[in-house]
Amino acid sequence: MNDTSPLIDVRDLRVVFTGGKKPVEAVNGVDLTVARGESVALIGESGSGKSVTLRSLLRLHPERRTRISGGIRIAGHDVLALGSRPLADYRGKVASMIFQEPLLALDPVYTVGAQIVESIRRHEAVSREEARKRALELFERVRIPSPARRLDAYPHEMSGGMRQRAMIALALACRPQVLLADEPTTALDATVQIQILLLLRELQRELGLAILFVTHDMGAAVEVADRFAVMYGGRIVEEGPTREVIRNPRHPYTLALMQARADGAMTKGARLASIPGSPPDLANLPAGCAFAERCAYAREACLATRPEAVDLGTGHRARCLRTDATAHALQHTEAQPA
Amino acid sequence: MIFYLLRRIVYTVPIMLGVAFFCFLLVHISPGDPLVAILPPDASVELQRQLMTLYGFDRSWPEQFFGWLWRALQGDLGTSIATGRPVADEVFRAVGNTLMLACLATLIGFLLGSLFGFVAGYFSNSWVDRAASALSVLGVSVPHYWLGMVMVIVFSAWLGWLPPTGAGPGGSDQWAWDWAHIQYMVLPAVTMSVIPMGIIARTVRALVADILAQEFVVGLKAKGMTDSGIFLHVVKNAAPTALAVMGLQLGYLLGGSILIETVFSWPGTGFLLNSAIFQRDLPLLQGTILVLAMFFVLLNLLVDTLQTAIDPRIQR
Repeated sequence: MNDTSPLIDVRDLRVVFTGGKKPVEAVNGVDLTVARGESVALIGESGSGKSVTLRSLLRLHPERRTRISGGIRIAGHDVLALGSRPLADYRGKVASMIFQEPLLALDPVYTVGAQIVESIRRHEAVSREEARKRALELFERVRIPSPARRLDAYPHEMSGGMRQRAMIALALACRPQVLLADEPTTALDATVQIQILLLLRELQRELGLAILFVTHDMGAAVEVADRFAVMYGGRIVEEGPTREVIRNPRHPYTLALMQARADGAMTKGARLASIPGSPPDLANLPAGCAFAERCAYAREACLATRPEAVDLGTGHRARCLRTDATAHALQHTEAQPA
Repeated sequence: MIFYLLRRIVYTVPIMLGVAFFCFLLVHISPGDPLVAILPPDASVELQRQLMTLYGFDRSWPEQFFGWLWRALQGDLGTSIATGRPVADEVFRAVGNTLMLACLATLIGFLLGSLFGFVAGYFSNSWVDRAASALSVLGVSVPHYWLGMVMVIVFSAWLGWLPPTGAGPGGSDQWAWDWAHIQYMVLPAVTMSVIPMGIIARTVRALVADILAQEFVVGLKAKGMTDSGIFLHVVKNAAPTALAVMGLQLGYLLGGSILIETVFSWPGTGFLLNSAIFQRDLPLLQGTILVLAMFFVLLNLLVDTLQTAIDPRIQR
């Protein structure tokens, strides 16, 4: 593996849940790469397949009820081909995960310190004392006040922000190359959110991590991500450099998402824009573009075929037949007085 | 932790007093004259009054209660009307026997129940789960005295492997930890263990299925834990509740084994209660109930303490 090849390389990922009456196609052909030291935000609403994609990278879905196909290569590991023991060795060591709600994702009856020590000793042959020393260093690194005392705290004894810091420390315990974050700031207060985002950004730069970051919060994504990938109906509908996507969205869904945001400049009493309709039924996906039903610019052609990615230059791609209409609409709204 | 314990111990005092009062009251408001059983039918009124005075039945009941309580606090539970021996001796010998039997039964029930529960919880909704669930429902719903009789018929009468009744060869009172005595314990203990086994299996199954569905199990997988590593976490999460249920079951078995002890003629508290009731032996009945209640309260204290030690979320 040379240094320029991406750390995360996902090709045509498809995830189907077969547990229910009808198979649910949660992810339908996702292509995604994340380079070393790069941070990518996977954005979308509930049920867009973003968390499912993320969890597939550690193969955390119940094996019996899930069918995963396509290719996942992470730091040279063919993740879908790993046996159960190599898979366990890979999890936490090569790629690790930060969860949305650390209170639920940490074992309630073990101290946080014990859980970090357990993780280190699972992957490396070090003594308990040595592992504890490393856990203490990690706590200092994620800036938990009075770290030695906090190591002996149980998850429920910490505040939300502190718990998320502890979760990050746990995820970094075995010096992984890839960090997967599943809505890491959704459960936190606004003031704490920004601290956690800045910490993630800082750790990423210092450790050269590749971060794949799932969120539905555009504001949070802008803080951390170098690149945006917007998901809808189990596919990435638009991706590109953060500034480019924010300033120049070319998929109607991205545009609608941005318009649906409440920002500080909103006047009191103004209606928050929303997207009409509801996300597609993943057990019964339409033949054409999954967004067409809710799209203001949809044409006949949109209902017939799934659009291929249109290359818009500088790594900016959108899966839409009407990228010109979005561009036009954008100019139009910008001309309007705020 | 120490303050928690002290507080809990102080709390037991009013509970014990309440229990003592109610068991005194219950026994005294129930109809029937305790002395009828031991007096000859043609006894003179004079003799009857003498005996009434001797046992204190002629005084007002508050007087009787406080007198009894005061003596009970000093370890004197009165004298059995039927046998004339001190109630305390009778009760404590019976408690010893019951404790042995109940502990063994709970241990067997806990081990097998946990095993079934874990297997069923891990493979929930598979045939293993359904088989284990059916077995535990059977365990809870089968009448235990009937099961006891079936066991006696099969293992004593047909196979001749184990003695049917009693607590030692030749009806001896002296217990010893040798096979000659232990073999008397096997049938009653196994029969009795079916009760806690069913309940513990169902509890553990629900616990394990619930724990496995929690996010932290995914969290453990995500950090590379193997199945055996995750199993330890599941056990530690399930332990507080399972132990609490086990403690309660032990409590029930201490007092609630009247039927099984009667079927196997096991000289325990259930057997003693049974005979005390039939003979209207008030001091014995009162003393036995009090001691059993005491055990129940102490056992709950012990279980709560253990739970607190294992599960940090419980308020100290």
